[in-house]
Amino acid sequence: MPRLSISLSRIGLPALVLAALAMIAACGDRRSSAVDSTTALAPSGTRVDLTGAGATFPYPLYSRWFNEYATLTNVRINYQSIGSGGGIRQVVARTVDFGATDVPMTDAELASAGMPVLHIPTVIGAVAITYNLPGLSRPLNLSPDVIADIFLGTITRWSDARITALNPNVTMPDTDILVVHRADGSGTSYIFSDFLTTVSPAWAAGPGRGKDVRWPVGIGGKGNEGVAGQVKQMPGAVGYLEVVYARQNRLPVVHVRNAAGRFISPMPFEIASAATAVLEADRKLFASDAKGAPDLRVSLVNAPGAQSYPIASFTWMLVAPTAIGPQKSRQLAAFIRWALLDNPDVASTLGYVPLPSEAATRIVDRLDATLAAGRPGSP
Amino acid sequence: MQSPLGDRLYRTITTVCAAAIPFVLVLLTAVVVRAAWPALALHAGDLAFGRTWDVPHERFGAVPAVVGTLLSSLIALAIATPLALGVAIFTVDIGPRRLHEPVAFLVNLLAAIPSVVYGLWGVFVLVPMLRNTIMPALLPFGAVMPLFRGPAYGPSLLAASLVLAIMILPYIASVSREVLRAVPQTQREAALALGATRWEVVRDAVLPAARSGLIGGVMLGLGRALGETLAVAMVIGNRHAIPDSLFDPAYTMASLLANEFAEASSDAHLSALMAVAALLLLITLLVNLLARWLVQRVATGLPGSRWT
Repeated sequence: MPRLSISLSRIGLPALVLAALAMIAACGDRRSSAVDSTTALAPSGTRVDLTGAGATFPYPLYSRWFNEYATLTNVRINYQSIGSGGGIRQVVARTVDFGATDVPMTDAELASAGMPVLHIPTVIGAVAITYNLPGLSRPLNLSPDVIADIFLGTITRWSDARITALNPNVTMPDTDILVVHRADGSGTSYIFSDFLTTVSPAWAAGPGRGKDVRWPVGIGGKGNEGVAGQVKQMPGAVGYLEVVYARQNRLPVVHVRNAAGRFISPMPFEIASAATAVLEADRKLFASDAKGAPDLRVSLVNAPGAQSYPIASFTWMLVAPTAIGPQKSRQLAAFIRWALLDNPDVASTLGYVPLPSEAATRIVDRLDATLAAGRPGSP
Repeated sequence: MQSPLGDRLYRTITTVCAAAIPFVLVLLTAVVVRAAWPALALHAGDLAFGRTWDVPHERFGAVPAVVGTLLSSLIALAIATPLALGVAIFTVDIGPRRLHEPVAFLVNLLAAIPSVVYGLWGVFVLVPMLRNTIMPALLPFGAVMPLFRGPAYGPSLLAASLVLAIMILPYIASVSREVLRAVPQTQREAALALGATRWEVVRDAVLPAARSGLIGGVMLGLGRALGETLAVAMVIGNRHAIPDSLFDPAYTMASLLANEFAEASSDAHLSALMAVAALLLLITLLVNLLARWLVQRVATGLPGSRWT
């Protein structure tokens, strides 16, 4: 039955990959203990292996961090970019030492994990809105409510009065708007739909926020490159992308009106400003005493501040100290201190937006305090 | 001289091998159904009859994906089958002898291309061609033929069906070729001796004798089309709606799984995806049973008799 096995293997593939990853994770532990007894790579101690899995968005940055860290220390970190959902599942299943996600775990997920899971922001991501309007000489300005109505399908033409009002010195073409969205589950979709839910009551009552959303109009492209491909090919199209992807491919981006009323383009300073503004606004987040402080599952969308780009988000590392024990927790904390404080330039050179230095310092201090307290308090 | 021990050993080994395949199939079905159970218990009606796939609100209607899967596969089959039969007949009976092997080789080469490459070709070549040339040319017929109604974005049921048709062509062609070559030479010679032309030989002597094998080849292609994920996900438009026209974006079950599985973190979503996987498994099984039944029915006809 060859046809049967073909289609079965297709369905089974993700499951097989997960199983294989679990086996790799298990093997990793065994291999490290074997190495421990035979070779000491650094005089200061034996080689340490840590495994992680999760989000694809920070993967290029993480793999660079892990490689550089391995040349400086005896810690080897193996990371599988299987998606945020996979990262959360694997941390909860205790098959990895840490996870990574663009989408914070929900209260229900944290409750069902049965152990504290720390959310540690590592870098800031943002979503850019790209468009295909030939002959448009200036960047397009849009406000949150107009963006929401375009993606809801209530604004259907580029010459709509609400769009021309935002772009007074531009002749908008009288063509249909074609919405392109992500078809695959994606942290980018989560951030964008989180933004739409925050700014538009109609969106909040309708599609809502999620990695997979029921988009009211448009067609679905697979991955950032799928969305970019469709938008580039079709005049009149509009879509949203991870900002690193938009910048590297020099795609036109919408200047989005922020909470302070200014039109802001998704540049590194403006994206970092969103994080600074949100953390400034809530000083409690920086409480060095871990007890009673709220966790760092903070949304950065529609941030206050004159310079803030409104569609930004942290991406997080997930650490469950009780599951991996004090030794591995300390090793991960040491790595995070190095990555966030000693080495922030790597993120910029790769097109990511590093955490503002004050925020990074406080996050690292808070992590250390939490782990030193022995009993991890608020996750 | 016979060795009872060797016989028994041989018998045991082959029995174990034969039993292993159904065992794996049953095990796999059990795992998928177990993972799908919460969704089947909670959302069975929605999965079977619902048209809305809305993850944040936990509504999992699989009908558009099922319809899209069946439509794209059947349209692909309708396009690929005549082409594949033509290739097979050409490279066995009709074409110049020295072209037989090269043409067959080129067609088989299509099977070696990875599906992501078909997807990229679809995105960058086929879809722009459909949007800029083919769809505008067909749109005027939309007034009388509802199959060709706009808007014509490019990513569509038609784009997916065309990509699938090319992907399954080598499977059907290669099986058909082997089947046609297995028809005894004497049968052709007998027909020739009766004064038949080359086409009449093929029509009356070769094709009827090969019927059951040809159906097997077509079913192999159908199975491949039902399960294809990546290439379809890249060109079909991924819209959870039942298409009204060939130009509408649609969805398939396999693409749905490929798109959403990696990022699914809620139990309800994961379980619903597993239920879709179970449904796809069931549909594939039904198609295979149908194929067995067809082959058996056709095989009872006398070789050499007419198609009708």
